[in-house]
Amino acid sequence: MNQDFEPKILGFFCNWCSYAGADLAGVSRLKYPANLRIVRVMCSGRVEPTMVLKAFACGADGVLISGCHPGDCHYQQGNYKTLRRVPLLERTLAQFGIHPARFRLTWISANEGQKLVQVVTEMVEEIKKLGPFPGTRARFPELAPHLSGATVIPGGAIPAPGGATTTVGVPGATLVAGGETHD
Amino acid sequence: MARIGVYVCHCGTNIAGTVDVAAVRDFAAALPGVVVARDYQYMCSDPGQDLMRKDITQMGLDRVVVASCSPRMHEPTFRRALEGAGLNGYLLEMANIREHVSWVTAGVAAATRKAKALVAGAVRRVALHQPLEERYADVTPQALVVGGGIAGIEAALKIADGGFRVHLVEKEPSIGGQMAKLDKTFPTLDCSACILTPKMVAVAQHPNIVLHTYSEVERVDGFVGNFRVTIRHKARSVDMQKCTGCGTCWSKCPYTAPSEFDEGLGKRKLIYIPFPQAVPNKPVIDRERCVKFRSGKCGACQKLCPTGAIDFTQQDELVEESFGAIIVATGYSLLDPGRGPWGYGRYPNVLTALQLERMINASGPTGGHVQVQDGGTPRAVAILHCIGSRDQNYHEYCSNVCCMYSLKLAHLVKEKTGAEVYNFYIDIRAFGKAYEEFYNRVQNEGVYFIRGKGAEVGSRDGRLLVRCEDTLLGKYREVPVDMVVLSPAMEARPDASHLSQVFGIQRSADGFFLEAHAKLEPLKTATDGVFIAGACQGPKDIPYSVAQGAGAAAEVLRLLSAGRVTISPVVAQVAAEICSGCRACLPICPYNAVSYDEVTKVARVNEALCKGCGTCVAACPSGALSVSHFRTPQVLAQIEEVLAV
Ligand SMILES: Cc1cc2nc3c(=O)[nH]c(=O)nc-3n(C[C@H](O)[C@H](O)[C@H](O)COP(=O)(O)OP(=O)(O)OC[C@H]3O[C@@H](n4cnc5c(N)ncnc54)[C@H](O)[C@@H]3O)c2cc1C
Ligand code: SF4
Ligand code: SF4
Repeated sequence: MNQDFEPKILGFFCNWCSYAGADLAGVSRLKYPANLRIVRVMCSGRVEPTMVLKAFACGADGVLISGCHPGDCHYQQGNYKTLRRVPLLERTLAQFGIHPARFRLTWISANEGQKLVQVVTEMVEEIKKLGPFPGTRARFPELAPHLSGATVIPGGAIPAPGGATTTVGVPGATLVAGGETHD
Repeated sequence: MARIGVYVCHCGTNIAGTVDVAAVRDFAAALPGVVVARDYQYMCSDPGQDLMRKDITQMGLDRVVVASCSPRMHEPTFRRALEGAGLNGYLLEMANIREHVSWVTAGVAAATRKAKALVAGAVRRVALHQPLEERYADVTPQALVVGGGIAGIEAALKIADGGFRVHLVEKEPSIGGQMAKLDKTFPTLDCSACILTPKMVAVAQHPNIVLHTYSEVERVDGFVGNFRVTIRHKARSVDMQKCTGCGTCWSKCPYTAPSEFDEGLGKRKLIYIPFPQAVPNKPVIDRERCVKFRSGKCGACQKLCPTGAIDFTQQDELVEESFGAIIVATGYSLLDPGRGPWGYGRYPNVLTALQLERMINASGPTGGHVQVQDGGTPRAVAILHCIGSRDQNYHEYCSNVCCMYSLKLAHLVKEKTGAEVYNFYIDIRAFGKAYEEFYNRVQNEGVYFIRGKGAEVGSRDGRLLVRCEDTLLGKYREVPVDMVVLSPAMEARPDASHLSQVFGIQRSADGFFLEAHAKLEPLKTATDGVFIAGACQGPKDIPYSVAQGAGAAAEVLRLLSAGRVTISPVVAQVAAEICSGCRACLPICPYNAVSYDEVTKVARVNEALCKGCGTCVAACPSGALSVSHFRTPQVLAQIEEVLAV
């Protein structure tokens, strides 16, 4: 394990529970590794698979989605949609050769500052063991233009090579080669 | 090209103590689109906001990034500042470098780097912000109060007096809550019923109050200003219009059950009012036990009722009403001490404090006599504080009121029986106005105080034995008594989790409802327009519960009298030219805000219903949906930049 390696973890946190939970961790002066960088979304249900892939493409070594506990969603059921969407995303990530420990879905409520600390600490440790994620950009330089924010067309989709529009933004199966080994 | 101003706040040393703000400022100044970057002591202060407003007008800024505290704290403040300089408030982005950086990060280098990353993300993102216009909706000028304890009663009366209609929903057959069961109240020792009953009657008689007793809220739809609420009237088996409350039925019912109001010490009939001053003063049939319901026999009450009010076929009824705002004041329960080593449920002379309240009360099960099971007067009584409170095995928190009511009960027992009274305590918490004085008074009356938690209750020679470690003497002690009174922890009601989902209220780790901000928003919740008051938020005494009831009423009056609420402009849109009409988004929306237009063959969002969660956007396979302020390009740009540092 490379001791100096400080993984970058991108967190998508829902405004009502998890972002508030992260605020509480701050107010309570709980210390946790500086590796987590939080992007606020209104609901965990807002997180598109593209956004997770984008994060990996842009150099994240891990991605964390956090929402309200099931049943507590501010928008009634948004987090259930997340819950159902994630298994599919996990399969996609596996096809890209991304180790499962690099991606997590978790529930953190507005009073669970302590849980945030625990989740981040664990994730950082696990990812340190795996080492840096080579990054789609580094491994597939030909994709770089498609993965940069600049080429995003209004409406949010990313044009895939060949001109077709796909929300995944990166073509699938052929990219498995060079992925991380995992069980 | 955007013209962005970046303002890095020191927040005194809160941020500047851990983050190198000058370095963040210089870093920001070099980012594309940034025209000016400054750091300042307190950005939220007037001079801080002035600084920003001046730059906007003098330098022609069209976007602003404030790197400071959480947007959940000051986003509205800075939006107003922008608007003060003629800029749309949504052309602002905040980087949370306090809660998410300086307060949680050890080491200046790591903190500064993370702060730079968040600022970079905010700068990239703000460039893609669009001006948004806030919308308004009319407010239904009517409020809902749930829970008819003292907090809910106070809230309902205040709103009603303010000229608005209030519906008060109470689960039990009568309003009054726990306070109705108390004999006297500390520290003044005024009779609880004497101060509560007039308020209960005022509720019943108030022209602006609609009372729903024996009722529960089943469903809440809508949002601040316009909640649609379904209330279930449980079948009382008594026609409230016909019943005059004459009492013939309950005096003639031949069967009894333990009285909930008397905490199981007394009995009530199977058709009953919970207590003599009940509001409304009309009975309800206990259908679980009623012989008519169990075996079809009896029916005495129906035969004897002079107005024909008894209706065994009555069904639950669902009522729908609209409300502009909601107050939840559903109170607390007491921990069941039967779980612990205090002999409760094993020895008949071990009581809870609430049972003793009923026993002391003149209209209670023993007519106000404090007596042991065989009817004799106890010679010695032990009162055990902190049963299940301040205890790792049960609840870590202090229940606040038990010290004070234990002192009150000690005084009342001594006064009524002359018995030796021992209070077993960890610390005495007499925190309120005139409370310490009351403690001194009770000490002077000759009540014994043993500093040590009553660890266990056993028996010897027919008497009860309280075992404890006296921490002042440093000795193990056994104190023989005739009666043990337990002061159990106040805890969240068993249905708190269900209620939290119905009303969209969060709960704290102890199970009680969570306020929006521990210090500054004690009555608000995470859901706009839903407020909490009283002991449902945490253990509280009556004065505090009343103050919260009145405070929540003020919040509601503010909303109702404003007549309109602002609605966030963060809503979804469909790009009709991209939409394939696949309808994947329709079932996704929790608010049924997306519909399919049969003519144009594309999806359409009803902005009045949309809450802007963005869940539909993530589901759209064509990328036709977007949600303002969180459009995909905005988020993607932020991701890219946050990871670039
Ligand atoms: C033994 C004892 C002695 C006490 N003595 C004193 C004293 O001397 N002085 C003092 O200041 N305080 C005293 N207290 C504290 C006092 O009881 C509380 O401060 C007060 O009752 C809190 O009022 P509340 O309205 O918040 O809650 P509650 O009194 O619990 O009222 C809540 C109401 O909401 C109803 N409800 C619950 N769930 C629902 C639902 N889902 N739908 C509709 N309705 C619902 C309940 O039936 C109840 O009527 C004592 C407490 C105990 C246990
Ligand atoms: S039917 Fe009989 S048992 Fe039932 S409430 Fe009436 S009198 Fe009592
Ligand atoms: S953003 Fe949320 S509330 Fe609005 S239409 Fe989409 S799913 Fe419904």
